[in-house]
Amino acid sequence: MDLQETQRLVSEYLHELANLFHRVPGSAIFLRYVKSSYQDDPIRSAVELFLFLFAVRYLLAPKYSTKPGVVPLSDDEIDDLVDEWTPEPLVGSPTTLEEMEVDKRTVIVGPVGPKSKLANGRTVTNLGSYNFYNFNTNEALKEKAIQTLRNYGVGPCGPRGFYGTQDVHLKTEADVASFLGTAACIIYSQAFSTISSVIPAFSKRGDIIVADKGVSFAIRKGIQISRSIVRWYEHNDMEDLERVLAKVTKEQARKPLTRRFIITEGLFESHGDMVDLPKIIELRLKYKFRLILDETWSFGVLGRTGRGITEHQNVDAAEVDMIVGSLAGPLVAGGGFCAGSEEIVHHQRISASAYTFSAALPALLSTTASATINILQTNPETVSQLREYTKAMRAQLDPRSDWVYCTSAPENPILILVIKPEVVATKKLSPSDQQFLLQDVVDECLANGVLITRLKTLEDNFEPKQVVPPSLKVCVTVGLTKKEIEKAGTTIRHAITKVMSKRR
Amino acid sequence: MPRRFSSNSSNDTPSNSPSFSSASGKGGTAIKAPTVKSNRLSQFFSVSPKSKSEPQTAQAALQAASGTSQPNTSSPPISSASLSLPTISLSTATADNPNMDELPTTLFQPPTPEEARRLAKQHAQFGPIGHASHRYSSRHPGGVFPEPVMDEPPYYYLLTTYISYLILIAFGHVRDFFGKRFREENYRHLKPRNGYGALNSDFDNFYVRRLKLRINDCFERPVTGVPGRTITLIDRATDDHNHHFYLTGTTTDTLNLSSYNYLGFAQSEGPCADIAEESIRKYGITSPSTRAEVGTQDLHVEVEDLVARFAGKEASMVFSMGFGTNANIFPALVSKGCLLISDELNHASIRFGARLSGASIAMFKHNDMKDLEIKLREAISQGQPRTHRPWKKILVVVEGLYSMEGSMCNLPGLVALKHQYKFNLFVDEAHSIGAIGPKGRGVCDFFSIPTSEVDVLMGTLTKSFGANGGYIAADKVMIDKLRATDSGIFFGEAPAPAILTQISSALRIICGELVPGQGEERLQRLAFNSRYLRLGLKRLGFIVYGHDDSPIIPVLLFNPAKMPAFSHEMLRRKISVVVVGYPATPLVSSRARFCVSAAHTKEDLDRVLTACDEIGNVLQLKFSTGIAGGAFPPTEELAPPPEMEKEWHRKRSDQMTPPRWRVEDVIRRGVQDVQSPLY
Repeated sequence: MDLQETQRLVSEYLHELANLFHRVPGSAIFLRYVKSSYQDDPIRSAVELFLFLFAVRYLLAPKYSTKPGVVPLSDDEIDDLVDEWTPEPLVGSPTTLEEMEVDKRTVIVGPVGPKSKLANGRTVTNLGSYNFYNFNTNEALKEKAIQTLRNYGVGPCGPRGFYGTQDVHLKTEADVASFLGTAACIIYSQAFSTISSVIPAFSKRGDIIVADKGVSFAIRKGIQISRSIVRWYEHNDMEDLERVLAKVTKEQARKPLTRRFIITEGLFESHGDMVDLPKIIELRLKYKFRLILDETWSFGVLGRTGRGITEHQNVDAAEVDMIVGSLAGPLVAGGGFCAGSEEIVHHQRISASAYTFSAALPALLSTTASATINILQTNPETVSQLREYTKAMRAQLDPRSDWVYCTSAPENPILILVIKPEVVATKKLSPSDQQFLLQDVVDECLANGVLITRLKTLEDNFEPKQVVPPSLKVCVTVGLTKKEIEKAGTTIRHAITKVMSKRR
Repeated sequence: MPRRFSSNSSNDTPSNSPSFSSASGKGGTAIKAPTVKSNRLSQFFSVSPKSKSEPQTAQAALQAASGTSQPNTSSPPISSASLSLPTISLSTATADNPNMDELPTTLFQPPTPEEARRLAKQHAQFGPIGHASHRYSSRHPGGVFPEPVMDEPPYYYLLTTYISYLILIAFGHVRDFFGKRFREENYRHLKPRNGYGALNSDFDNFYVRRLKLRINDCFERPVTGVPGRTITLIDRATDDHNHHFYLTGTTTDTLNLSSYNYLGFAQSEGPCADIAEESIRKYGITSPSTRAEVGTQDLHVEVEDLVARFAGKEASMVFSMGFGTNANIFPALVSKGCLLISDELNHASIRFGARLSGASIAMFKHNDMKDLEIKLREAISQGQPRTHRPWKKILVVVEGLYSMEGSMCNLPGLVALKHQYKFNLFVDEAHSIGAIGPKGRGVCDFFSIPTSEVDVLMGTLTKSFGANGGYIAADKVMIDKLRATDSGIFFGEAPAPAILTQISSALRIICGELVPGQGEERLQRLAFNSRYLRLGLKRLGFIVYGHDDSPIIPVLLFNPAKMPAFSHEMLRRKISVVVVGYPATPLVSSRARFCVSAAHTKEDLDRVLTACDEIGNVLQLKFSTGIAGGAFPPTEELAPPPEMEKEWHRKRSDQMTPPRWRVEDVIRRGVQDVQSPLY
């Protein structure tokens, strides 16, 4: 009886189910399909059933990590590992060189001028600031800055895209562009961050960069973040550049055409020497590379009116795709710029991160930049005076010193002084020894009333590592008389001799 | 605050309405704030017929009483106009400066046109506080920090958003198809030419060329003058569909809800600007060198000390650019073999710096502590990929206040995790410093968490302080090492003197060292304004993201076409707002962003609310369900006990009626309701 009952119930349920199934729209079609396929090809039906079951199993299976090498651990084990883990301190203890870096920091009290007062109360001849034209204490410029302050406040309180574009920015952009002779220009709010954003805005993964081995830290950062393929050529070696360009062109001949860039500096930050721009232009045209030229140290300095290396070497600025420069150093304003064609500038307005994601340049610095550019244009004699002073300073140091030589170009008002290789060899000086020795020179100069500085370099994590020889940095300024310059030069020379000869 | 009694002392006070037109504000400015104590008593008894409502009087009396113990009894208002100003004052009055000996005036003198102009300019940069109740102090009450409730619109809006993008993309491709054939010169930079590769990728450029270009007139609007309470736009027009703009030669004064001017320090006059001017005269325009070479002046040292004290750390470094501060700090903190865990919505500068550092980078879901814990457990237990060596360090990087979401980081949650998992914590306070917390000292202040719990505090000086640049604050040992390893110190230009003095004077004002009382007023007005506008928008029925006390208020628009429409409609009502869409936000959630400032008055915000109400009706933007707050006032018995609050909300959300308040009611009830939680 039980059996019968169950049978009845089962058949009832089955009947119910079948009814339900028939009520589902499309069930008839499905049934017909299964029936006919089973009749025609039972194996196919079996395979389909298997596939269906597999899909169900796959969907119901627990998730697992696709990362290779993950060791499955229980919660207790993880807790143990968490307890055991001891991280290194976030910032390690400083090395002796780093300690010296902080201890020997110069603090200027009051204005930065050709004569500056230090925290210890002494007034010294300042040959450390980039105040080449002594614009910093120029009363007319100060008045202009104050006027801007009284109209615009200090900060623009927003990025350029969101109501941070002030009319003064547009004016400065136009001023720089017309000064250089390019179609357009874009300004950034810090010179150091400019080129590190310009490079990745254009050069992407898979693009090719051919760069000088001696380029500045900022360029190296830009190249690093762009993740492009990099080929380096020997510092300022045009033959090596041609060799690299030819090699790259040959390697890439069969591959799809990508963007290719040559990146170099006008005046090199770490060596002070000058690039051979006409030769580079010739090579870039021959091998069809675009040229990114960093004029951070040459803009406002080289050329008859300070237009930079293009003016100095008689190259049309339009021949260079991107000219990147600084408004911060000798122009005593702030920020950087990139000048080029309209397309190049326009593209940066949306894709250069230091432009898009940063607050705009303070208005008073922007108007100052416009004003100093105007001064340079109208007073080319200031620029030639600087060159004359540079010559005078160089004459005191380079040919007359037994210990150091100057790697800077004769026109560069920043004199980079490197210890002669024979001195390094005979005294067996390691790079860090040289740094300490040069710091002694700086201290000795300071004791004699002349403020100079070492070239500050920082080792980065980007391969290949760059080797910059430790060196002294002397910046010439027209705020002094020629006599004072010469006297300061003599002081520096004597300080070098005194420190170097003491060391054995 | 004795000046509050100035109204009482006058016998006939015709205008005593709580809402103030700027005209009456101007009129009364020359005559206010009696500071002579002897007056106070007599004022106390000579109650004007239309005295203020009870609580204010009590509050004022309290403040007056406590004020006697302080050397400077009257904290000056930021700008001259105080509360209900008499047209004729029979008592004493002073000019702006409270320390100045006041000149007794007997009769009302209308301001000279010059004076009126000066005041109009001043008020255009910083509005006078309308009423003493327009203040609030932002502080986390303690306990678990709630997640902001994310409201969702009806599916209809999501669907139309996707369809809109599809249409835009389809049109873009059609235009490209014909453009590439008939207007080849416009596509030159996208194609390889003469053996040069294409300058920009065609694909990457599509969004800019075909979508952003359509609304280009909403971005990079040129402005002039101070970006304070109001901002002057330079009008422009286009005749080639937003490719180029030309200036029409006119300007428009608009209410500024777009600048990061949280504490209203964007001013061209007042103590900050005076000190900045003095510093230009004394120091020159800039310090033309890098910090590591000879670019450090006494001003830098002073500002670094001030910033360190303000941020609650032993030492700090200041830089000339906020973006650069982040871009350069990470390589000095972490390197290969370290893990950097970053919130998915962190700012581009953090990503930039993190990529340069060479450390491995992991992300966790925005503000999701559970996800972070999972990531941490996995990272610590598994170690480095392949080698399974333990990580050298783990650095968790979050922002204090997220600029697109308006949400704050869950600092209590992070600190709890930090104790358990021993990672290092880096908080980017770019938007939160100055803007959050009862003393304006950022998220640590807001949550009452000691700053020692956070290893590195970074922030910008651009936003709340009206200057420029950024800072890193940490322990002295750490800063000393970083001074020798951070590339920003080595190669970045030193901040200019005028900027440094703007920072130092702003900090001194906030701390109360300079013009006592003003800093507090700025902080409390910002907190009030933030909550007031947020509550108002919620009540009107908008979907608003972020936490209650955040001065960044994103209003969700969803459909891409509503971005330009909203921006244009607001501009027509003389209000400038920021609209953002993809790629700064997820594709669907385009938004308009209001940045509230202490410089705004309640009337300004009422103007914004009224404008939003009108635009919201026209553009169909009121689609909140009410779960994020703003509901109609509950009847008495519904007030929940605090411990049941969550459950109560959940229960209520089922039968929630979407809030669609009338704008008059919003304005009427706003001031009293901002004091209670907004949910």
